[in-house]
Amino acid sequence: MISLNELWFVLIAVLFIGFFFLEGFDFGVGMETQILAKNDTERRVLINSIGPFWDGNEVWLITAAGAMFAAFPEWYATLFSGFYIPFVFALLALIARGVAFEFRGKRDSLAWKRTWDACIFIGSFLPPFLLAVVFASFIKGLPIDGDMQMYAGFTDIVNVYTVVAGLTVVLLCLVHGLMFTTLRTVGDLQARARKLAQKLLIPLAALFTAFVIMTYNMTDIFEQRGTVLMIIVALGVIAFVLSGYFMTKKKDGYAFGMTGAVMALSVTSIFVGLFPRVMISSIDQAFNLTITNAASGHYSLKVMTIVALTILPFVLGYQIWSYFVFHKRVHEKEHLEY
Amino acid sequence: MDTVMLSRIQFASTTIFHYFFVPVSIGLALLIAIMETMYVRKGNEEYKKMAQFWGKLFLINFAVGVVTGILQEFQFGMNWSDYSRFVGDVFGAPLAVEALAAFFLESTFIGIWIFGWDKVSKRVHLLSIWLVAFGTMLSAFWILAANSFMQHPVGFEINNGRAEMNDFFALITNGQLLVEFPHTVLAAYATGAFLVTGISAYKILKKQEVSFFKKSFQIAAIVGIISSIGVAVAGHAQAQYLVETQPMKMAASEGLWGKSGDPAPWTVWANIDPENQISTGEFQIPYMLSFLSYSKFSGEVKGMLELQAEYEQTYGPGDYIPPVRTTFWSFRIMVLAGTLMIVLGMYAMYLMWRKKMDRPNTWFMRFMLWGLLLPPIANTAGWVMTEFGRQPWTVFGLMTTEDSVSPNITSGQVLFSVISFTTIYLILGLVLVGLFIKVIKKGPYAMDNDHGDSNDPYNEEGSHDIS
Repeated sequence: MISLNELWFVLIAVLFIGFFFLEGFDFGVGMETQILAKNDTERRVLINSIGPFWDGNEVWLITAAGAMFAAFPEWYATLFSGFYIPFVFALLALIARGVAFEFRGKRDSLAWKRTWDACIFIGSFLPPFLLAVVFASFIKGLPIDGDMQMYAGFTDIVNVYTVVAGLTVVLLCLVHGLMFTTLRTVGDLQARARKLAQKLLIPLAALFTAFVIMTYNMTDIFEQRGTVLMIIVALGVIAFVLSGYFMTKKKDGYAFGMTGAVMALSVTSIFVGLFPRVMISSIDQAFNLTITNAASGHYSLKVMTIVALTILPFVLGYQIWSYFVFHKRVHEKEHLEY
Repeated sequence: MDTVMLSRIQFASTTIFHYFFVPVSIGLALLIAIMETMYVRKGNEEYKKMAQFWGKLFLINFAVGVVTGILQEFQFGMNWSDYSRFVGDVFGAPLAVEALAAFFLESTFIGIWIFGWDKVSKRVHLLSIWLVAFGTMLSAFWILAANSFMQHPVGFEINNGRAEMNDFFALITNGQLLVEFPHTVLAAYATGAFLVTGISAYKILKKQEVSFFKKSFQIAAIVGIISSIGVAVAGHAQAQYLVETQPMKMAASEGLWGKSGDPAPWTVWANIDPENQISTGEFQIPYMLSFLSYSKFSGEVKGMLELQAEYEQTYGPGDYIPPVRTTFWSFRIMVLAGTLMIVLGMYAMYLMWRKKMDRPNTWFMRFMLWGLLLPPIANTAGWVMTEFGRQPWTVFGLMTTEDSVSPNITSGQVLFSVISFTTIYLILGLVLVGLFIKVIKKGPYAMDNDHGDSNDPYNEEGSHDIS
C-alpha cells in the first residue's frame, strides 16, 4: 500500500498532467489565433472550437493549487510566495485571456477585437511558459532556507535551462493545439493546422533534446531515478515519432493522442524526478521540502482522500460527457455570427 | 509602506472587487434557472428569451467573477504564506473541495448551457443551468466554511506550531458557518433579483418590450422580497452569534467603549473618536441592542475597553481593538441598504397583489432602477464589517494579520502587484459596465433580429445598436 502522502503527491501530479494535457491544447489554439488564422472567420472558428472546454480545463489548475494547499501547505506557501512575480504575470495573463473570450465579440469595432485578440494570444503563450519555468526550476533547485522560505533572485528563476523548458512547453502546447484543431475543424484550416504541426516537430525535437541533455547535466534527477526516467524518455521519443507518423497518415485523432502523451510524459518526468521531494533546496539537501515535511496531518489527508475519491468519478464522468456533447466539428458555414 | 499594509490593501481591494460579481452570478443563475423552468413547463418562447437575455448579462458577469477568483486562491500563498503554513491543514481542505466539487460542475455545465441550446435536449439543457446554480451555491458553502474558520476556529488542534484538523464535521457544521451561509447566499439571491428588477424598471420606464420586462420584474421581485427578508432574519441570528464568539467585533460595530448598560440601546449615529477612545453625539434607540444581541429586551453588551483588558490577559499585550469607525459605519450602511431593499420589495409586492403593475408609479420605478445598487453596497459593507472587525486577527485568537504575511516578499514586489491588479481590475470594471449598458439598451428582441438562429454566445459583432 502507498501512504496517503504518496497518494496525494500522485494526485497532484495527475491534476497537473490533466491540466497540461487539456489546457495545453486550448493554450495552443489560443496561440493559433495569431499564427494560423488568416482572417476573422477563422479566428472565430478557432475560438469556438475551444469555447465549451477551456474554462473546465482551467479548473484543473485551480484544483491542483487547491489540492497543494490542502495536502502540502508548506509546498503551496513556499511555491507561491517564492515565485511571486512570475505568478503576478501568469495571473494577469490568465485574467486577460479569460475575459477576452467573452468580451471579444461583444462590440463591432476592429480596435476592440484586436485588443482582445492580443489578450488571447498573450494569455495563451505566457502562462504555459511561466509554469514551465517554475517546474523546471523545481528540479534544478532553488534557494530555500531552513525555514522553508525561498529567496530567489531573477537568475534563480530565469536562466537558460528554465527558458528552454518554457519554450519547449509553449511549442508543445502549440503543436498539441494544432492537432486539436485538426479534430474540430474542416477544410483548409484543418489542412493548414496539420501541415504547421508537422513543420514544428523539428524545432520541437531540437528543444526537447536540449532540455533533456541539460536536465541530465544540471540536475540530480537522473542520478536519483535513472532507470524510470530513461523509460519515460524512451516512451516520449516513441510517442513523438508516432505523432509525426500519424500526422503524415492524416490520422489526426491518434496524432492528437500522441502529442498529448508527450505532454503527459514530460510532466510525469518532472514529478518522478522530484519524488519524494516536492521542492529542492540549492542551499542544502537538508532544507528540501518533501512529501513528509511539507504535508498536512494524517487526519486531514484521510478526509481529503475520502472526499476526493468520492467526487472525482463524477467530475471525470461529466467532463468526458461534455466532450461527447460537442464532438461535432465547428464549421464556418454554420452560424458563427461574427 | 510595508508588505503587511500593501498585502492588506491588495487583499481588500481584489476581494471587494471579486465580490461584486460573485453574488450576481449566484443570484442570476437561480433566476435564469427559474425562467428556463417556466419555459420548459409552459413552452412559452418569451421565457426562453428571458433566460437568454439575462443569460447574456450573467455570462459577462460570470467571466469577470471567474478570472478574479483565480487570484483569490493564489494570493493566500503569494502574500500570506505564513498564514497558509499555519492553517493550510484546515483551511486548504474547503478550498480544495470547492474546486473539486463546485468549480468543475459550474464550468462544465456553463459550457453546455452556453453552447448546447440545440445540441442537448430541453431537459438536459434545463438541468445544466440548475447544476450551475447549484454549483455556485456549493462554491459559496465551501468558501464560507473556510472563512468561518477564520472568524470562529473549530475542529482543530495546535501541533508543532500549526493548526491541524481533527474534526472535519465540526468544520462544516461550524456555528459561524450555519449563520453566515444563509445570510450570504440569500444576500446573493437578493443581488441578482434587484439587478433584474432594476434593469426591468428602466426598460418599463422607457416603454421598451414592456411585457417581457414586466414578467422579468415580477419573477425577480418575488425572489427579491423573500431573500431580502431572509437576509435580515439570518443577519439577526448572525449578530447574536457574534456577541457570543467575537464580542470585540460587536462592540466595535456599536462604537461601544464602556459597558452598554442594561437594557442596552442601539446607537444609530455617533461621533467616534478612536484616539481618545470615546464616542459622542450618540443618537440611540432604547432596548434595541439587547434585542439584536439576545432577542429579548434586556441584557448587557460588553464594551471594547473591558474586552481589551480581557484579551490582554488571554493573549498577552497588544492592541485588540479593530478599526472602529470602519466597522461601525459599514454595519450601519449594510443595515440601511438592507432595510431599503425590504421596503422596495414590499411595495413591489403590493403593486403586484393589487394588479397595479400595468401603470406603476414612475417614481417607484426610478427607485427600483437605482435599487439595483443597494445589494452590492450592502454586500460590500457587510464583508468590510466582518473582515475589518476581525482585525488584528486573521484567525480569531490564533494568528494575527501581521504574522500572516509572507516574509520573503518585498514591498516593491507587492506594490507592483497592487498597481497591476488594480489597473486591470479597473479596466475590467469599466468594460463590464459598458457591455452591460450595451446589452440592456439593445434589449432581448434586437438580439434576435440581428442574429437569427444564433446559438453562439460569443458573437455580437455585426449587430446594430437601436437605442
